[in-house]
Amino acid sequence: MATIAAIIASTHHPFYLRASTATGDERPPFADEWAAKIEAFRETLTRARPDVLVMVGSDHFHQLWLDNMPQFLVGKAPFYDANYYNEEREFGLPKMKLRGDEDLSAHLLRGGIDAGFDLAFSNELRVDHSITCPIITLRPQADLPIVPVYTNIFAPPMPQPKRFVELGQAIRALVESWPSDQRVAIIGTGHLSLELGGPRQFGPHGPDPEFDRKAVAWIGSSDLDAALAEVSLDSLWQPGNATHGFMDFLLMMGVAGKNVKADYADSLDLFHTMEAYFTWYPGGAS
Amino acid sequence: MSKYLVDKFLFTIDRDPDLVERYREDPRGTVAWWEAEQANVILNCHGGERSTWLSFTDPERDALRTHDYVTLFELGAHNFLLLTLFIALFERDYAEPLAFQREFAARLGHWHLPYPDIST
Repeated sequence: MATIAAIIASTHHPFYLRASTATGDERPPFADEWAAKIEAFRETLTRARPDVLVMVGSDHFHQLWLDNMPQFLVGKAPFYDANYYNEEREFGLPKMKLRGDEDLSAHLLRGGIDAGFDLAFSNELRVDHSITCPIITLRPQADLPIVPVYTNIFAPPMPQPKRFVELGQAIRALVESWPSDQRVAIIGTGHLSLELGGPRQFGPHGPDPEFDRKAVAWIGSSDLDAALAEVSLDSLWQPGNATHGFMDFLLMMGVAGKNVKADYADSLDLFHTMEAYFTWYPGGAS
Repeated sequence: MSKYLVDKFLFTIDRDPDLVERYREDPRGTVAWWEAEQANVILNCHGGERSTWLSFTDPERDALRTHDYVTLFELGAHNFLLLTLFIALFERDYAEPLAFQREFAARLGHWHLPYPDIST
C-alpha cells in the first residue's frame, strides 16, 4: 500500500512569488523573513521524498461557477494547466502545467463515493492559485504528479465544518489503502482570518488576530474538538468575510488525525493576513 | 433582486482582459450591451440554448453603470468578485501600493457585521 510521506497544511498567499522575487526598491521589507520561513517549510516536504501530491484547495470562481457548483470535486486528468489571466494580472503568477496521477484520482473517487461522499469529478480542470501557491512555495520545480481536491469555501450554501473534517479522514484512509508503492504527500491550503471586498480588508494584520492565535493553536495540536466547538458556518463570518477558507485547515486536521501534534509549525504575522505552516509525518520524521 | 446576475456580470467581465478595459472606459455602454447580449447566455451551452428570464433590477443596473462598488456590496454582490474586478479597474490610478484597496475598505467603513447576504 501507499505510504503517507507527509501531511502539510498551509495558508496560501498569492503575493509570495512577487514579494520573494522583487529586488531593490520594489522588495518589501518583510520579504527576506518570509522567504526564509518558506524555504524552511519547503524542506519539510523535500525531506519526506514524496512521489505524488494530493493537493486540497478551492477554486476562486475560475472554472467552477454558480450555474453548476460542486461542494467537493476531485480532478482526474493526465495534466492540469494552471493559473488564470486575472491571477497573472493581480499577483504576477505565471502559467503552469502540472502532471496528474489518474490512478490515484480514480481510487479517491471510487472510494470516496463508496464512503458516502458524492464527489464531483473533472476530466479537464485548470487549477488556480490555491493549488499553485503551495507548488511555488513547497515544490517550485513542479515536477511531481498531483491529484487536485477542490472544496467549496466560497459560495453559500457550503458544507458544514464537520464535513470537511470527515472528508479529510476519508482521504487519509483512502490514500493509505491505495495499492501502490508510491510515497504520497497530502497538502492542503486555506486561510486564517481574512477579509476580501469588505471594510476590514488589507489592514496591518489579519482582521482578527485573536481568531488567528486560537486557530494556530488548534491546527498545531489538531484539536478538532476545540475547533469544531467554536467554529460554525455562521461564526466564520465574524473573523473576516473570507474566513471560511479555514475549513480547508479543518479538512487537513482530519487528515492528520485528532489531537496529533504537528511535527513542524511556524507562522508569520503579515499585513492583510497571518501566514501559518504545519507539517506532520505519520510514519515518524523521515 | 438578481444577485446571481450581478455576480455573473462581475465574473464574466473580470476574466476577459478586453471586457475589463471596455467596462472601465464605457461602463454604461458595456452594461447595456452585456444585459442585452450576454446576461442570458448559459456559460457551458452554445448560443442557441439560452435562458430567457434574467435581467437586472434598476438599482443593480444603476450601480454597475456607475462603478458604484459600495452599493454593489450593499446589494449582496460576492465580495471576492467585487474586489478582484475593481482592483483590475482602478488600482492603476493610485500611486501607492494597496492605496485603492484601502480606499475601498474605508468607503465601506460604515458597515459592521452582519454584512449583506451574498447567498445566491
